[in-house]
Amino acid sequence: MKLLRILILLAVPAMSQAQDDLLSQLQKSDSAQSYPVTATFKSTRVVNGQSVETMKKKHLDFRISHRFGRLNSGAYQFFGLDQATMRMGFEYGITDRFMVGIGRSTSQKVYDFFGKYKMIEQTSGTRIVPVSVTLFGGGGIATVNKELKFQNKIHYTAQVLIARKFSEKLSLQLSPTYLYRNRPEVTGDEKLLLAVGIGGRYKISKRVSINGEYFWTAREKNTLTAPYHDSMSFGVDIETGGHVFQLHFTNSLGMIEKQFIGETAGTWGKGDIHYGFNISRTFSFDKKNKKSAN
Amino acid sequence: MSKYLSIAFILVVGRLVLPLETLQAQSMFSTSAGNTKFSSETPLENINAENKKSQAILNTSTGEVAMRMNMKDFSFPNKLMQEHFNENYIESDKYPTATFSGKIDQAVDYSRDGEYDASATGKFTVHGVTKTRTIKGKIKVAGGKILLTSTFLVALADHKIEVPQIVFVKIAQNITVKADYTLQAVK
Repeated sequence: MKLLRILILLAVPAMSQAQDDLLSQLQKSDSAQSYPVTATFKSTRVVNGQSVETMKKKHLDFRISHRFGRLNSGAYQFFGLDQATMRMGFEYGITDRFMVGIGRSTSQKVYDFFGKYKMIEQTSGTRIVPVSVTLFGGGGIATVNKELKFQNKIHYTAQVLIARKFSEKLSLQLSPTYLYRNRPEVTGDEKLLLAVGIGGRYKISKRVSINGEYFWTAREKNTLTAPYHDSMSFGVDIETGGHVFQLHFTNSLGMIEKQFIGETAGTWGKGDIHYGFNISRTFSFDKKNKKSAN
Repeated sequence: MSKYLSIAFILVVGRLVLPLETLQAQSMFSTSAGNTKFSSETPLENINAENKKSQAILNTSTGEVAMRMNMKDFSFPNKLMQEHFNENYIESDKYPTATFSGKIDQAVDYSRDGEYDASATGKFTVHGVTKTRTIKGKIKVAGGKILLTSTFLVALADHKIEVPQIVFVKIAQNITVKADYTLQAVK
């Protein structure tokens, strides 16, 4: 009789397992898939510089960026908050990989235009692609000096942005940069400037990340013909669903590549630090969803 | 004594072997292209998403049923929302799937065409949190196919899906889920 009981006890687990078997059968038959790695950065900017992210198809981003004066300008200037420069911009995704943007900076009255193309997308799953690569090309017209010939107001920028999301929290990016000014701001400065940017973000919570960025320029720093320094910035990204707020401290005043890579006059050591922020709001114009939901 | 033993032995062997046999029989119906939609409706904003790669399997001889889907297969009209859904709300890297595993509560004659109100009771898992639920729906048998449909609510709080205070008004606390699966016999 004892043996009988044991045998019946043995029979019970075999029954209760059946339901989970169906689920594991589904798991087995799930054709293994690859997924693109999304949200390497929360925004199309790391701080000042472009990130590998592009706007998705039919999505419009409206961006307002401010940089205030130097923190070391003292209480009389309210630590820089009395002065502000601004850039307003629109960015739009033509496809999921190609976007265009326009902007206007108050500093030097620059109109800037750019295109960004996500050439390689980091992918996980059955097909592994280790990095994302985005090409950036742009130009600008500085209209502050009316006396200048048109071609002398123009500059060009090209970047190869290479980034990897190492974990859910950590993403790093390398940004080799080519910058060509038809007429540099200081006579004697080279027209061509090459630079390499490194940037990254670390998420401290689901919706907040700490960002940092440094652009090393291939030139003698702080000379008479180029009284400039390398740009270094630190910031916080806060995402609230539709809006991304980026608050940061940087030694650069400009918000376009020509200005923050090429013409950063301040240094962190002396306290030439500017407080600034970017606010971005995304609208979807996808017809599948008539509402321009955030 | 030996008679009882041999009966028990048959019972044990039978129970161990039978599930395997039924898996191979014509009683198994499944799909890997099921449609799962969900919507969050608030006065301010309606949010919709769709997963067209949901898996479902039904054992008609036992009434056992299971569903499974990858959260990353949910498509939103607004891609930023999709990104936030995966990254912040559902955390699809940590909790990649939503599943249901249970049993149809009613006896349904799957061999005859017809439509039945039914319910299934079992384990429903989203965002790594498992709840035992009875989900109501319809079973339609037509032309050798079995159509499972259901509309039910999922409370975000039940599954520890956090909505930050600052966007609180825009996301409903109860999400309406619509499932629509057409199952075919497993060959």
